[in-house]
Amino acid sequence: MSEAIKTDVLIIGAGPVGLFAVFELGLLDVKCHLVDILDKVGGQCAELYPEKPIYDIPAIPLITGNGLTEALMEQIKPFNPTFHLNEMVTTVENIGGSVFRVTTDAGKVFETHAVVIAAGGGSFQPKRPPIAGIEPYEKKSVHYAVRKMEAFRGKNLLIVGGGDSALDWTLNLQPIAKRLTLIHRRDDFRGAPANVAKMRALVAEGAMDLKIGQVTELEGADGQLTAANIKGADGTITRVEADAMLPFFGLTMKLGPLSDWGLNLEDELVPVDVSTFETNRPGVFAIGDINTYKGKLKLILSGFHEAALAAQRVHHYVHPEKRLVFQYTTSSTSLQKKLGVA
Amino acid sequence: MPKVTFIEHDGTVHTVEAEVDSSVMETALRNDVASIVAECGGGCTCATCLVHVDEAWFEKVGPASPEEEQMLDAAFELKPTSRLACQIKVTEELDGLIVRTPAYQGR
Repeated sequence: MSEAIKTDVLIIGAGPVGLFAVFELGLLDVKCHLVDILDKVGGQCAELYPEKPIYDIPAIPLITGNGLTEALMEQIKPFNPTFHLNEMVTTVENIGGSVFRVTTDAGKVFETHAVVIAAGGGSFQPKRPPIAGIEPYEKKSVHYAVRKMEAFRGKNLLIVGGGDSALDWTLNLQPIAKRLTLIHRRDDFRGAPANVAKMRALVAEGAMDLKIGQVTELEGADGQLTAANIKGADGTITRVEADAMLPFFGLTMKLGPLSDWGLNLEDELVPVDVSTFETNRPGVFAIGDINTYKGKLKLILSGFHEAALAAQRVHHYVHPEKRLVFQYTTSSTSLQKKLGVA
Repeated sequence: MPKVTFIEHDGTVHTVEAEVDSSVMETALRNDVASIVAECGGGCTCATCLVHVDEAWFEKVGPASPEEEQMLDAAFELKPTSRLACQIKVTEELDGLIVRTPAYQGR
């Protein structure tokens, strides 16, 4: 296990609410590390509606998901948070006093005085295709991500999907696979045109196969795939030998490991005290879409409010000896210094 | 008000009133049609509001736009009449529309 990264606060989720929490905590001299399962900051704003307009951010009549994310990143720059992307928090354990040890699926360890869960709708995880009997193959020969390309060297490989992930991995893995077959429901690809052209060229020169249809059945034993049946649009079934399959159908939000952290849950949401946004576990907070309380609205603006209030209580855990004085950024020289404007 | 009928995979039938200019997805959520997930809230970015339009209605509903067709790539067990409910706008002409919902929306 790697050496623990020490931080005042660990924020789980780098969506708009997690990002704004960095600001509110920063004003109170609380330093943050953030972990997010996506490969980028912005959460749902970045993943689900990067280009869609949002109309209900106070004082901003119209902004896109990407625009909001960029503006928040600019706003929190003075506080220099550290991001750990592409990682999922797996455990949150109290190791005495007000110190938590938090671990991620990438093997990172944090020691923190408080945990702020700003996980939105949960963690974005790959969609699993509804193929009967797929479960035993998962993680053994059916993979939803490529961790090490070498694992696929010399293999008969199936890649399923029509977007950028499917095309990128097709182009990356085709040179090392024994034989690669790309499977898509229609003969039209939404990925980058240059990559579509490269893939088409490989098919034309016989270096890989393209099958139009859906995978309906897997063959194999003990989690090791040997073949898959592909049903074409005309109903004909083609059998393709396969050692591994990589389905790419995008992401969906799942609650994930947080259900094992000893938190009370109501319909997959975390109940909180509305004056502090603390959960049933002292030192663990929940803000934004992931929490629930009487009258809760899943709005970004509500999450911003929750971040401000949670910060007040978090301060108490991080700097128990310091009295908190409420100040305005308009008039406080001390706050302005923190923001680098005074 | 136009009526829309949702037939869920388990046979549950909901015949509900739908507001003109709202989407079939919004109509489903307002009426607790459980198999419509609508994770992205109508942005055509998640493909979790898949419906199979009744064949008799498909011509009136029309085919998916290229943008929607791309999102359909992230859905499962598609049929020739599959659409995303968030992209079907309720009109008076669609009074009586029948759609079937799948067992699995990817989550």
